[in-house]
Amino acid sequence: MLETVIPIALTLVAAAIAMSFWRLIRGPSVPDRILALDTLYVNTIALLVLFGIHLGSNLFFEAALLIALMGFIGTVALCKYLLRGDIIE
Amino acid sequence: MTRLLPHPILTPALTGVWLLLNNTIEPGHIVLGLFLGWMIPILTIRFWPETVRIRRPFVLLRFMGVLLFDIIVANFVVARLILGNPNRLQPTFVQLPLDLTSDLAIGLLANSITLTPGTLSAKLSEDRKFLLVHALNETDTKAMVATIKARYERPLKEVFEAC
Amino acid sequence: MLEYFLSFLILTGAIFTLIGSLGLIRLKDLYTRLHGPTKATTLGVGSLLIASAIFFSTRDAGISLHEILITLFLFITAPVSAHMLAKAALHLNLKSLAKMPEDPVEEEQMQAVEEKTPMQNHIETPKTENPEPETKPEFTTQPTSPNTPTPNKTL
Repeated sequence: MLETVIPIALTLVAAAIAMSFWRLIRGPSVPDRILALDTLYVNTIALLVLFGIHLGSNLFFEAALLIALMGFIGTVALCKYLLRGDIIE
Repeated sequence: MTRLLPHPILTPALTGVWLLLNNTIEPGHIVLGLFLGWMIPILTIRFWPETVRIRRPFVLLRFMGVLLFDIIVANFVVARLILGNPNRLQPTFVQLPLDLTSDLAIGLLANSITLTPGTLSAKLSEDRKFLLVHALNETDTKAMVATIKARYERPLKEVFEAC
Repeated sequence: MLEYFLSFLILTGAIFTLIGSLGLIRLKDLYTRLHGPTKATTLGVGSLLIASAIFFSTRDAGISLHEILITLFLFITAPVSAHMLAKAALHLNLKSLAKMPEDPVEEEQMQAVEEKTPMQNHIETPKTENPEPETKPEFTTQPTSPNTPTPNKTL
């Protein structure tokens, strides 16, 4: 059962990544692109977790955690840049 | 007591995070986690603006349950709106008058509003009296404000601020 | 039985992740687009992570709960980044499908923002003017150079 479900789920998440990538390229405004980047981070976490289940390996947890941390900090830093003009005051 | 254990909530939270990070419940890691959870609040006490006091833990637990339920409902609501016709959406901005005053309570309220059905907190006014809320598909704004105030703001006020 | 439950969780998570990203494409303006990733994606990735936790807990001997850490982290950070994005978009005066709020307090803020932006322009304009006073003393200090006939009038 899992052997058939995981490839389907991987395809769906890959389609989600393609959609966020389209918004990243197309996005009319800068916040749109930042939002697309943020969604890309979250989708990448989903992809890594799925791949970890697929391979039966626990090694992807640290990568997913790091992407979650860095993605959040990156989004906040980019928004701060838009709001204030510089990141560190 | 306050000098030896400045944050009674932070210590078990840090211990829990340490155990989850290491993914064990070995006694050695429990001791190390307790030590870290004890030392880190003492060393970082100057960076914490205010000590958090939870007055009614059961109200907080019930609030978290309500929030979890609403998050799951929110996902289905937003999924239906996304899959429906996007031209028929009626987004609005609503000013939500705040009764809360403490930073933590306002932050938690803003997070809860964003995670719950069809609403998103957008901006806190300079004097901290209004929270600008963006609703994805809402015509009855007064009912929405009343729902948010009754469902999320009142328990938060009970827990984090004296009534 | 457990395998069916895991498959259900994985499929739900993947479908919600897809719907969240679909919202990025289908919705019309930034403020409505913010709703998709913050809600749908959060629950989607959350259920995927819980499926992973259950999978590794049942497969190996020990329990494996550290995926819950990422779930908690995402639930805390996703609203914060959405709030920051909305604030940045309001700051940039991005156009919205919704009518902007007409509260007096908010109007005062909008005026304050509008007052701030010309002030920034005032700050910027002296910067552009600054080279000119700097060049004028250069002209006055170098009156002997043949290429500067106009500063001689000021002298």
